[in-house]
Amino acid sequence: MLPVTYYVALSAILFILGAVGVLIRRNLIVIFMSVELMLNAANLAFVAFARYYQSMSGQVFVFFVMAVAAAEVAVGLSLIVAIYRARHTINVDDLSEMKG
Amino acid sequence: MLLSEVSTTSTLFQLIPWIVFFPAIGLLINIIFGGRMSEKAIGAVASLASGLAFGIAVLMAIGLAQNHGEPVVVPFLEWIHIGDLQLDWTFRVDTLSNVMTLAVTLVGTLIHIYAIGYMHEDVRHQGDPGRYRRFFVFLNLFIVMMMILVTGDSYAMLFVGWEGVGLCSYLLIGFWYDKGEGGIGNALAAKKAFVANRVGDFGFLVAMFLTFWAFGSLDFANVFEKAPEIAQTMPGVVLAITLFMLLGVTGKSAQIPLYVWLPDAMAGPTPVSALIHAATMVTAGVYLVARSAPIFVQLPQAQNTVAMVGGLTALFAATIAVGQFDIKKVLAYSTISQLGFMVAAVGMGAFVAGMFHLVTHAFFKALLFLSAGSVIQGMERGEHHVAHHQQDDLHAARRKKKQKEAHTFDPQDMRNMGGLRTKMPVTFWVYLTGAVALAGVPPLAGFWSKDEILLEASHLNMPVYILLTLAAILTAFYMGRQIFMVFFGETRTAPAEHAEESPPVMTIPLIILAILAFFGGALNLPGLHTFEHWLEHTFMAFEVELEALPFSIPVATLSTILALASITGAWALYGRKPLQKKQPDPLRKLGWLFTGMENKWWVDEIYWFLILDRYVDLAWFLADEVDWRFWHDWFHEKVILATFNSLSRLLALRVDLGGIDRIANGLADGTQALAACMRRLQTGFVRNYALSVFVGVVVIIGYLMFR
Repeated sequence: MLPVTYYVALSAILFILGAVGVLIRRNLIVIFMSVELMLNAANLAFVAFARYYQSMSGQVFVFFVMAVAAAEVAVGLSLIVAIYRARHTINVDDLSEMKG
Repeated sequence: MLLSEVSTTSTLFQLIPWIVFFPAIGLLINIIFGGRMSEKAIGAVASLASGLAFGIAVLMAIGLAQNHGEPVVVPFLEWIHIGDLQLDWTFRVDTLSNVMTLAVTLVGTLIHIYAIGYMHEDVRHQGDPGRYRRFFVFLNLFIVMMMILVTGDSYAMLFVGWEGVGLCSYLLIGFWYDKGEGGIGNALAAKKAFVANRVGDFGFLVAMFLTFWAFGSLDFANVFEKAPEIAQTMPGVVLAITLFMLLGVTGKSAQIPLYVWLPDAMAGPTPVSALIHAATMVTAGVYLVARSAPIFVQLPQAQNTVAMVGGLTALFAATIAVGQFDIKKVLAYSTISQLGFMVAAVGMGAFVAGMFHLVTHAFFKALLFLSAGSVIQGMERGEHHVAHHQQDDLHAARRKKKQKEAHTFDPQDMRNMGGLRTKMPVTFWVYLTGAVALAGVPPLAGFWSKDEILLEASHLNMPVYILLTLAAILTAFYMGRQIFMVFFGETRTAPAEHAEESPPVMTIPLIILAILAFFGGALNLPGLHTFEHWLEHTFMAFEVELEALPFSIPVATLSTILALASITGAWALYGRKPLQKKQPDPLRKLGWLFTGMENKWWVDEIYWFLILDRYVDLAWFLADEVDWRFWHDWFHEKVILATFNSLSRLLALRVDLGGIDRIANGLADGTQALAACMRRLQTGFVRNYALSVFVGVVVIIGYLMFR
């Protein structure tokens, strides 16, 4: 059985990958996938600690996160489709109407 | 005096308020329903109201006779109670007030009846029949006010009536306010009367204030009971009270120096001249002095002043009356002169003689004025006849000339009359009765009353006796002059030629008044002294001694001879050789003396020069210099406006713009500058926002970890 440190480390690496992806990529879908990656990194941390502490509350949280993520995907993808239909692009740097 | 004295007759005395209410009801009926009533009905209501007041006065006389002449006080209404000041509307029924109410309501009722006929023609002559009702409303209001005046039990109530009759006088002098000289002549006359009376009323008010201050009350009983005591302790104040009261008397009763309003008051309709400006209202001053007898007898010097004022007025006005040509002006000056007789009488302590003359004078002077009104309307009818006749005249040029003549025709000018004896026989006979009564020929009323005044004067005050005797001579002369000018000789103008007698509604009151003027002297025949004994009850109550002097043959003979002599003199000048057309008055030979009498000794002009012009100058000075140049130009423009301007400039530029605006603008500018900085953060790039969220999370977590 692997020590919990490994899981946490993997979780951190995945989170950082997701975060960097959100920050540097311009394609909305990729950003979206990076967000999913961050969520799943958090999920991994939750289950790892749940296993480690023999507590079920961590696993319950994971279910909530997955449910929220599913809802988010549904809303987010439909928004992306709507943006694409309106602007014919999904490059976030082109979506700068909120510039002050 | 005391309520306990009211015995079986008390119920009778409870009727006294109706003496005020009957005329008041009459005037209310005429105000409210008069618009739908005929002229006859309006006149009948007004006359009936006045007649009922006379009925009440008679009942009061009966009550007093049963009560042995003792005064009765009837409380009626609480009016003002402030601290020590207690003013109630209380009626005082005593022989003095009863004499006044009887005389006023009797003469008033007759004049009401006369006015039914007179005003019927007058409103048509003046061209505004709508004022018929108004006339009777005013006339009834006058009766109301006069009753309040004479029945009041305190100086305050007396003053209410005093002012009320002044108001009625003003309203009725200015009855044809849109007529007269320049369209405002009558209004000016009314104003003059009102202002002259204000001066007098000021005196009366001051007297009232002083009375309240010195006596602590305005009720007659309280004041008179304390009069001897207060006159001892503060004679100066009591003297001031009497002299200020005298000022009020000179205003209301037209004495020197305030008499000037009365001749102008003849602008009112003739019944008004008869009722208000001859018979009743102007005697209010005499009544006031007689009423205040307990105060006046305390101070001989006050009595002398009053008597002197009366005597001088009597003579002065009589001289003016000699030089007048207007039939009503002669009577007006005669009234002033006769009022002088009364004031002199009550002034020197002959209260009964004064009141007696007041009553007889009310009869014969009302008679004279009403007859003069009849003459004037007879002339107007003649004028109308002539003017009507001209319409048919074919000669245009002649018509034009005559119309011009008729336009300037004055129906009151005695020079236009003459020979009216045959044209207006009833008017002539009643006029003659009045004139002879006024002249003081026995056995008519005027002789007895005037003789009694002269008799008292010969005992009490010799200078006044001389003044009054001279005035009496002139009185007989100017009445003779008037009679001969108006009724004798030949008609001097076409209107006089066609003058017509007045209708019975006017002549019957004249005949009744003529009877009263003839037999009025019977009230107080020498030896009987009925009137004296009647009034005694009022005066004795406050220890005012009355002394009935025995009939004096020398005084009576002298005055009779003088009266007859001056009537003969008038006949010699005006009767023997009657005036012809355009002939100047025979008295013109007197030169400046007659000019002076004709021009009223220029008193009006002197007043204008001494007082009114100075007053106008002062008013202009105040308006131009003080108000306009000082207040407006300097104080308002320079001081207030300039200060205000500089202050507002300071506030606007320094405080508002420099302070408040700068703060507000600074806040706005700061906000904008801050916003300009902040807007740079809003790049619109999602990744920037994401980075800031990320950095924020790192910072927060770092803080939580390393704190």
